[in-house]
Amino acid sequence: MATPTLDKEDAKPEAGFADSPYITVTFRIRRFNPEISADATWEDFQLEIDPKERVLDGLHKIKWDLDGSLTFRRSCAHGICGSDAMRINGKNRLACKTLIKDINPAKPITVEPIKGLTVLKDLVVDMDPFFQAYRDVMPFLVTTGNEPTRERLQSAEDRERFDDTTKCILCAACTSSCPVFWNDGQYFGPAAIVNAHRFIFDSRDEAGEQRLEILNDKDGVWRCRTTFNCTDACPRGIEVTKAIQEVKRALITRRF
Amino acid sequence: MSTDTTVDKTGGSSVGPVEGVSLYDVDHPAPVIEAPRKRTSKTPRSTRGNFEMAAWLFMRLSGVVLVVLVLGHLLIQLVLDGGVSKIGFAFVAGRWASPFWQVWDLLMLWLAMLHGANGLRTVINDYAERPNTRLWLKGLLYTATVFTILLGTLVIFTFDPNIR
Repeated sequence: MATPTLDKEDAKPEAGFADSPYITVTFRIRRFNPEISADATWEDFQLEIDPKERVLDGLHKIKWDLDGSLTFRRSCAHGICGSDAMRINGKNRLACKTLIKDINPAKPITVEPIKGLTVLKDLVVDMDPFFQAYRDVMPFLVTTGNEPTRERLQSAEDRERFDDTTKCILCAACTSSCPVFWNDGQYFGPAAIVNAHRFIFDSRDEAGEQRLEILNDKDGVWRCRTTFNCTDACPRGIEVTKAIQEVKRALITRRF
Repeated sequence: MSTDTTVDKTGGSSVGPVEGVSLYDVDHPAPVIEAPRKRTSKTPRSTRGNFEMAAWLFMRLSGVVLVVLVLGHLLIQLVLDGGVSKIGFAFVAGRWASPFWQVWDLLMLWLAMLHGANGLRTVINDYAERPNTRLWLKGLLYTATVFTILLGTLVIFTFDPNIR
């Protein structure tokens, strides 16, 4: 085992600097600090970074080594918690799931907060309207009668019916990519409808009718213009627009 | 024993500021989680019922009917029987003598106007941000729509081929 390692060490200096995985990347970040200025500005940061690293690693490097005042949300950093949705090169993505090499590091990488929600600082937005819409569709199981003593059984087909919409991590990438939501925050937005879909089509749930009535509101599903921005933006690959259309169909046929 | 008590004391005092001090008590309870559908106090309750659904359905259904009506109309007016050059007062008078073409044109007028007006209504809803702008744009839209529909209907029903 020792010999190959030695060989490699020998080989490295010969290959020289060109073999280094690091490249220079410019991060162009939308900065906003209400304590300093009312206007948001672009700020460039130059980094030496491995292109196989993620945008989030770049943001960490900036925050930890270059400018500690850079503010952004992230928790798990592995695409599960849904904290770090941001607009990277003009598209809503999770910074922790976007590799530098996949977004053309030759040009500056622009990073902005997601649109349609109030920016609090740098890349942090006020998520309250988003979660209010989520709460409004009653994202919890509603049943009547006695609780069963064991789990509520469901057939594999019944589970499959809403499988796609269970994947949502509430990152707001879809809702903040929706042009209707940008213009009028009263629209429920794709994420809330996806989470309503998850319960409307659940055979164990009994409040489907109620949820459909909520989404029949003038700010409900009928404001969807089928632009498919939400489906493109979803980091979990949920077919968001399809789910919205299924809710529309359920509203018309009352079959779900 | 002595170690136990010291640990208790230090533990108690160090934990105290973090989780020992409760912000809430009987007189100051924690805020209640708001019930579903209770948005902000300023949000008006929905009063329109299923109007949006009806409008959405109307767009789809009228669209399907209009495909037939408009394509048929264009074919007759512009392609068949010598094309556009044949259209004149006599041609229109001849067509509107038949109730079938009267109904065709009336249906096309109403469906196309309502379809277009509803489309513009959603565009205004989507893009006009200030309530006043919305009010004026929609007022203008509805006035123009009603005027065109009424005028067109009047012409179709009161058309007199002997006018001089």
